[in-house]
This record gives sequence, C-alpha cells and structure tokens, in this order.
Amino acid sequence: MLLVLEQCLNGLQFGLLLFLLAAGLTLIFGIMDMVNLAHGSLYMIGAYLAATFVAWTGDFLIGAVIALGATLLVGMLLEVVAIRPLYGRDHLDHVLGTFGLVLFFNELARLVWGPAGLRVPLPDWLNTAVPLLPGLAYPTYRIAIIVTALAVALLLYILVMRTRLGMLIRAGASNREMAGALGVNIKLLYTVVFGLGAALAGLAGLMQAPILTVQIGMGENVLILAFVVIIIGGIGSIRGAFLAAIMVGLIDTIGRAFLPDLLKLVMTSRGAATVAPALSSMMIYLVMAVVLVVRPQGLFPVAGK
Amino acid sequence: MSAWFTPRNVVVAVLLAFLALVPVYSALTGNAFLMTLFTRIVILAMAATSLNLILGYGGMVSFGHAVYLGIGGYAIGILAHEGIGSGFVQWPIAIGASALFALGVGALSLRTRGLYFIMITLAFAQLVYYFGVGLDRYGADDGLQLYRRSQFADPINLSNRTQFYYGCFVLLVASIYLTWRIVNSRFGLVIQGARSNDRRMQAIGFPTYRYRLICFVIAGTMCGLAGVLLANHTEFVSPAMMHWTRSGDLIVMVVLGGMASTFGPLIGAVTLLVLEEVLPVLIKLVATPIVGSAATRAAEYWQIVMGPLFLLVVLFARGGINGLLVSLRRD
Repeated sequence: MLLVLEQCLNGLQFGLLLFLLAAGLTLIFGIMDMVNLAHGSLYMIGAYLAATFVAWTGDFLIGAVIALGATLLVGMLLEVVAIRPLYGRDHLDHVLGTFGLVLFFNELARLVWGPAGLRVPLPDWLNTAVPLLPGLAYPTYRIAIIVTALAVALLLYILVMRTRLGMLIRAGASNREMAGALGVNIKLLYTVVFGLGAALAGLAGLMQAPILTVQIGMGENVLILAFVVIIIGGIGSIRGAFLAAIMVGLIDTIGRAFLPDLLKLVMTSRGAATVAPALSSMMIYLVMAVVLVVRPQGLFPVAGK
Repeated sequence: MSAWFTPRNVVVAVLLAFLALVPVYSALTGNAFLMTLFTRIVILAMAATSLNLILGYGGMVSFGHAVYLGIGGYAIGILAHEGIGSGFVQWPIAIGASALFALGVGALSLRTRGLYFIMITLAFAQLVYYFGVGLDRYGADDGLQLYRRSQFADPINLSNRTQFYYGCFVLLVASIYLTWRIVNSRFGLVIQGARSNDRRMQAIGFPTYRYRLICFVIAGTMCGLAGVLLANHTEFVSPAMMHWTRSGDLIVMVVLGGMASTFGPLIGAVTLLVLEEVLPVLIKLVATPIVGSAATRAAEYWQIVMGPLFLLVVLFARGGINGLLVSLRRD
C-alpha cells in the first residue's frame, strides 16, 4: 500500500512536469497556431543552463533562477530570429522548420557542453527525505518539485484568467486581427508568450536535471509525451493539459511499477517479464488511441476551435 | 526544342542514368562505399516516394512514416531469427504486416485533422518504437543481426551486391511509376481534391475517408517494402530504424525535393543523403585555413549547419528543388 502511494506521488510529480511543458506547447499552439517541436530543446537548454549556473554560482537556487531567466531570453531570441517567419504558414512548415531547430540545438549542446552527460548535485537541504507516513519517507526534492509545479500552475491560471496580460493573451487566441486592430501589439505579445512557454519548458528541464542526467536529446521523448498530453486534453486547453498531464504521469509511472505484477496474475512470470516492459512504455499511446476513438477532439476541447 | 527538354527533365534523366551506372563505376574503381551509400539512398528514396503520395498529393502529414521501415524490417529480422529464411515467406508477411498496421493507424488517425493527425501518426510510431525497444527476445535496444539476406530461388541472389542494388533500383522506379499512375487516375484526383477541399469532395458525393484510407495503406505498404530492402541491405534491424527523427528525415526529403512532384522525393533523398556525407568534408575544407587543425573537430558538428538549412528551405524554397528547376524554365 505504501508502495502504491509512493508511486502515485512519483506519477503526480512526472505529470506536473509534463504539464509545464504541455502548457507552453498548448499556449503557443492556441495563440500563434504554431507547432513547436523545438519546445523539447528549450527543456534541454534549461537543464544544461541549470547545470552550468549551479556549478558556476555554487548555489542550487541562485543557479536555477539565473538559468530560468536565461532560458526565457533564449526563447524570446529564438522567437524573433527563427519562429516569427513561420507564423501563418502551413503546419508542415512548422514541423519541418522546428525539426531543423531541434537538430541545431542538439548539435549546439554537444558543441558547448560536450557529448558526455552532466549531473546537477542537489544541495544538502534538499537531499533529504520527509517522513510522510510511518514507514514512508519521500525525497524532499520530489516534494519540492510537486509544490513548485502546482504553484506555477496556479500562477499561470491567475496570469491567464485574472491579469491584463492574460486578457491580451486570450484576446489574441480568439481573434488576432481584432486584437491587433484594437491596438494590441501582437508581435510583442507573441514574443512574450513564446518566452513564457520557453521559461515553463526550461523550468521543467532544470527541475528534472538533478533527478536525471542532463544529456543531448533529453527533451525529445518528453516532448512527444507532452504532445500526447495536449492531444488527450484537447489542443489549446490549459485545463485539459493539466488534467491530461496528471493522468498520463500517473498511468505511465504506475504502469511501469505494477504492470509486471499484474501480468503475472494472467500469464507465466517469464512471459510477464518479456511483455511488461514493452507494454508499459506503450500504455500512454494506447490510452491516447482509445481517447481518440471515443473523442477525436480530446477530452476537453476548446469551444469554437 | 521539344517540350521535354526542360532543366528539370535533364536533371532527372542525368540522376537516373547516374543511379543506373553506380555499380559499374563502383566495380571499375573498386569503391565499395559508394555502392553501399547509394543502395541506402535508393531504398530511402523509395520510402520518401511513398510518403509523398500521402503527404504531397493527399495532404496527410504523417510524422511517423519511418515506422513502416521498422515494421517491414523487423518482420524480416524476426522471421530470419526464428529460422524462416525464405524470401517467398518473409516478404509477403512483411508487406502484409505493414499494410495491416497502416490500415489500423489510418482508420484511427484519419478521423482527425491538422495538428492532431501529425501528432497521432507520430504517437503511433513511438508506440511501435517502444515496442521494439522492449522486445528483449529480438535484441531490444541493440537491435537484431540478420545472418542471411532473404533467400529466393536460384537466379535471384540478394547477397550479390550488384544484383541487390539493381533490384532496389527497379523497385524504386516501379514505385515512382506506380505513384505517378495512382496520382493521375480517377482515384488520385479524388485524393488531391480531398487535399484542397475535403468538404466539397464529400458534398459531390465522394466518401473521401475511404479514399484517403486506401491511399494511406498503399503508402504504408510501399514504405514497408522499403523497410524489407533496408533490413536486407544493412543485415541489421533496430528500433533506430523507426526513430522519430527518421520520420522527420523522410519529410525533409519530400519537401526538399519538391512535394507533389513525381521525382521530387528521389531528388530530395539523393540531395539530403549526399549532403550528409559531403557537408562534414566541406566544413573541414572551409574551416582549415581559418582554424587549422581544429577543422576536423568542427566538421563533426555538421548538423549545426544542416538544421538551419531545413528552416531556410521551408522559408525560401517552398517548392523544393523540383520547384526551383521548374521555375528556371520560366525565366
């Protein structure tokens, strides 16, 4: 039972990280109608910058904050240089152009940081465990990730629904010409939104950095999962992305943890050991297929899209 | 001058003649690498041709097309691993498996449009990719070695490199011809009509879903055959065959060569794959006078040039090389 709880927390944590990525993707898609494969690269850049700045400043928090700001700048620069000319074009153009950017960023990371992976050491105060229940001590850092991501999700909600910038963002999403005609600086708005998305991706990357090795291509698999999340949740919907991300995180983590044991109930243990790893990594995609059969527009489609 | 003598046709003719003569040149100079490279190019050109049918003509942007390379390839690898070496058994099973998978994926993903379609085809490809990674019995992540190429009856011997190359070449030309025939048939016109305006085609009374699905299955099957050839060529199958970047490469080939053009995918495949070989050498050549011995290291990072190149093609050469060649004539 304790194991189930622990895996649920792991799944929640993974799901929240996916949400940070998916929120940026879905914002960028909903507002600019832009498919951005390079979003995973920003996740990677965030992690690499965190590794650099943490080593440079010697303090985890300060390094992370600088890395976050730097990723925001990288994102805004990327938008101005490479993304802006792609607006208003075919989705195929977006896929192809940003695919080129993925290759570029991977190679850039290899050039700057070398082919070997980097590790980000945790400070002592985060490298402990909190006793949640008798017999269940959960790593402090993972709790910190959950709390941070939830706080960011809340801030994002307030930003989009309760502030003037959020109002402009929503206006741009529903009718960009009208918003532009009413005097909103659409160009600047797009750059800001893209930077915001980049910062969210960078935050996910840098929070994941101490848990995983920082390496080239780390953003790609998680990017594809984030796409699955926004497809399940309904493209353009932040609420959908939030719920779908947590669902995907839980299914993936719990599937990996308990599928081998579940399969043993219905087949020989040797057969289960063969099938389980393949099946557990396919689970999310199977869920997505089922969702599409039942609701092709995702679980929480945005009205009028 | 006849209407046939256009820059595009000259380039295509020269290219085809060159491809037909690669084994001769390779035999004369003893350059085995060229032969290996061009066998790969011919096979991937076939995969790109199949993608062009749905992406270029049908407007179905499949971002998981490499999965059929993997399915065709793995069918050969697994059967060979289980002791079934006959090509008469292997090939139909491999092609049938690709067709069946395309039918399943197509039936689900063609219910959706736009970004959904792109991402769903990608997700299905990822599903199979991870399935391959999880196949412990068949090498998992490391892949599976083929000890023998598919066995056919006596005059056909795939282990003969020249024969294998010409086999691939003939199949490539056949698939280009087949695509051309499909596109210019009534069926092909419905597919292209559905690309421009699906709703209108439905209003005229065409069940476009069925047409598109059949087209999707044809393309998947064709690419599965390319996978069969690829497995036989490298004598090795691994999940990397269907990595999502491979699907991206196939899209690049189609767009670089020229979408919805007969020979565009061939031109694109040759250009991209030759560029991959030439670019490192080129960087080294340019960088040596500037940075000296560090140029060798710089050449390793050729993709840093390649990536932005894709972006430039998208931005400034939308019709691909085929489009550039056609516009040459108008000037």
